[in-house]
Amino acid sequence: MGKKILLEHINVPGINTLEVYRQKGGYASVEKALKTMAPDAIVEEVKKSGLRGRGGAGFPTGMKWSFLAKPEGVERYLVVNADESEPGTFKDRYLMERIPHILIEGMITASFALGAKTSCIYIRGEYFYVSRILEAAIAEAYAAGWLGKNILGTNFSHDIFVQVGAGAYICGEETALLESLEGKRGNPRIKPPFPAVAGLYGCPTVVNNVETIASVPYIVMNGGDEYAKIGIGRSTGTKLISASGHINKPGVYEIEMGITVEDFIYSDEYCGGIINGRKLKAVVAGGSSVPILPADLILKTEKGEARLMSYESLSDGGFASGTMLGSGGFMVYDETTSIVKNLYTFARFYHHESCGQCSPCREGTGWMEKILHRIVEGHGKPGDVDLLWDIQRKIEGNTICPLGDAAAWPVASAIRHFRKEFEEYINHPERIKDVKHYYSVHQLASV
Amino acid sequence: MSKEIKFNEETLALVDKLINRYPAGKQKSALIPVLHIAQAEFNGWLSSETMDYVASLLKIKPIEVYEVASFYSMFNLKPVGKCLIEVCRTSSCWARGSEDVVRYLEKKLGIKEGETTKDGMFTIKTVECLGSCGGAPMLQVGAAFHENLTLEKVDAIVENYKSIGKQRSYTDLDYKNTI
Ligand SMILES: Cc1cc2nc3c(=O)[nH]c(=O)nc-3n(C[C@H](O)[C@H](O)[C@H](O)COP(=O)(O)O)c2cc1C
Ligand code: SF4
Ligand code: FES
Repeated sequence: MGKKILLEHINVPGINTLEVYRQKGGYASVEKALKTMAPDAIVEEVKKSGLRGRGGAGFPTGMKWSFLAKPEGVERYLVVNADESEPGTFKDRYLMERIPHILIEGMITASFALGAKTSCIYIRGEYFYVSRILEAAIAEAYAAGWLGKNILGTNFSHDIFVQVGAGAYICGEETALLESLEGKRGNPRIKPPFPAVAGLYGCPTVVNNVETIASVPYIVMNGGDEYAKIGIGRSTGTKLISASGHINKPGVYEIEMGITVEDFIYSDEYCGGIINGRKLKAVVAGGSSVPILPADLILKTEKGEARLMSYESLSDGGFASGTMLGSGGFMVYDETTSIVKNLYTFARFYHHESCGQCSPCREGTGWMEKILHRIVEGHGKPGDVDLLWDIQRKIEGNTICPLGDAAAWPVASAIRHFRKEFEEYINHPERIKDVKHYYSVHQLASV
Repeated sequence: MSKEIKFNEETLALVDKLINRYPAGKQKSALIPVLHIAQAEFNGWLSSETMDYVASLLKIKPIEVYEVASFYSMFNLKPVGKCLIEVCRTSSCWARGSEDVVRYLEKKLGIKEGETTKDGMFTIKTVECLGSCGGAPMLQVGAAFHENLTLEKVDAIVENYKSIGKQRSYTDLDYKNTI
């Protein structure tokens, strides 16, 4: 069993309550931080820990915190990104639903380090019921004196509120999130200025993912050096992986970074192998935005080394033969899956979610969806694959926010690794006409 | 449908509480939460009267409400059934049979995706990943997530909501996440 930091107590009955959470040592980091540490010392520990943002981009958290502007007399904010809308990702929901206090504890400690009097959890609207769970936990924390005025008799006061969104993937992008929090459409802002300088209401703001902030209590209690000992190389600590698709045991797993992908897919501790003993065809390892890899390249790098669950190993080989850890949304596809149809669901997703500000993204995602739709329906035209390739290249790098790239990469990688399958759809529509592209519910029921 | 567009005292107090958690002058931040409440209270959708009312509560222009309401997929700008069935159609759910779920629902309810049954009870909608891919295929009704669907489960879900017979909302407190 690998080291568990976030999910160690997940199966303890009542761990969602303050009482049980306290019995398991909860809120100790608030006490330690407020009573014995200077805010900058906490930032130092987080830097030493090597913790990288768990929302997808993997930016070093301590460094992000040290960039926060601190003009006199201006409010600062911590905003927790619980928008979690990247297809394949459901770890934050699991954590918030089961053990909400770990997030609240992390927010208080992090806010003390950042000098934020108010922090907020921006949660996707579809998770409305989870917002209730968080609100109940926050109310418990207020009642017990962990929130509110002069926490533990110190000068530090802190308030937390929960803000629900209303259905928009783009609001996971940090500046779109801030716009949404201000009651506007979720259109990403042009950077600079970065949120660290001008974020919520124009004030310096740190935006961090749920899992990032939930990792802070451990770092404060055990020190950054201890945290950095977990994991491998620059991929320190543990990572929550949301595993889904054609595996025997879908769910959220906390892994120590550095285990092999093969172990993750096939061992009974994690995914438990492919459904019905079928063969592995492909994996999207880090949420829908990262490149899809065929079985051989996800299990082994181009150089023939075992691929590991870490930032570096997953991206080994660049986009030619590698992918990214991203948000840890690990989607597994067996040999029966149509890569073309699967890609169509992604293309439809990005088109649906484009905010429409930049023409390459707004138009390009629409064209890609349309072309893939006709290919899937058996009406693909010769040259469609090249056309798709051309469109994705023209989106990548030419937009305000990374959603454009995120829409381009799945298309590029699917064509790069599965070009023949696209051509089969276009050249032999009769062969795909009656093919099931996926496991039906009936088949599943009998698995 | 003739109900007057106006919150009761209790809801107005809640709206005040929401507004007060933001700095002075930033009451527009309450817009999305208040729209959720309005949609839940006024028949599950946002009419222009409802949106104008919300604008007046937050002291912002009606256009500021329209542009937000039209941006977010959870706000319905047209009437929907009492029970909006939202089936996830993205990769992990698709790979485990979400298209079968949609087809089965369409047949069972005698409507197409995007339509509402004649009795106004059900609307079928397909939506993007709901953060429940480990429970694929899945669907959402109001606040409730229904996961690991089989056709038998879909039957039970539909029967259950039919027997409850009331409008479901994201803000429901009596949600139940398993059937
Ligand atoms: C289109 C798009 C969607 C995103 N969605 C999320 C999300 O749902 N959750 C999240 O934490 N970060 C998301 N991000 C990344 C955020 O912009 C931001 O980098 C992150 O919240 C920073 O937190 P971290 O450093 O702790 O990861 C998204 C980015 C883009 C471009
Ligand atoms: S890249 Fe797409 S989602 Fe991002 S700002 Fe431009 S149009 Fe909007
Ligand atoms: S793909 Fe359906 S919930 Fe994520």
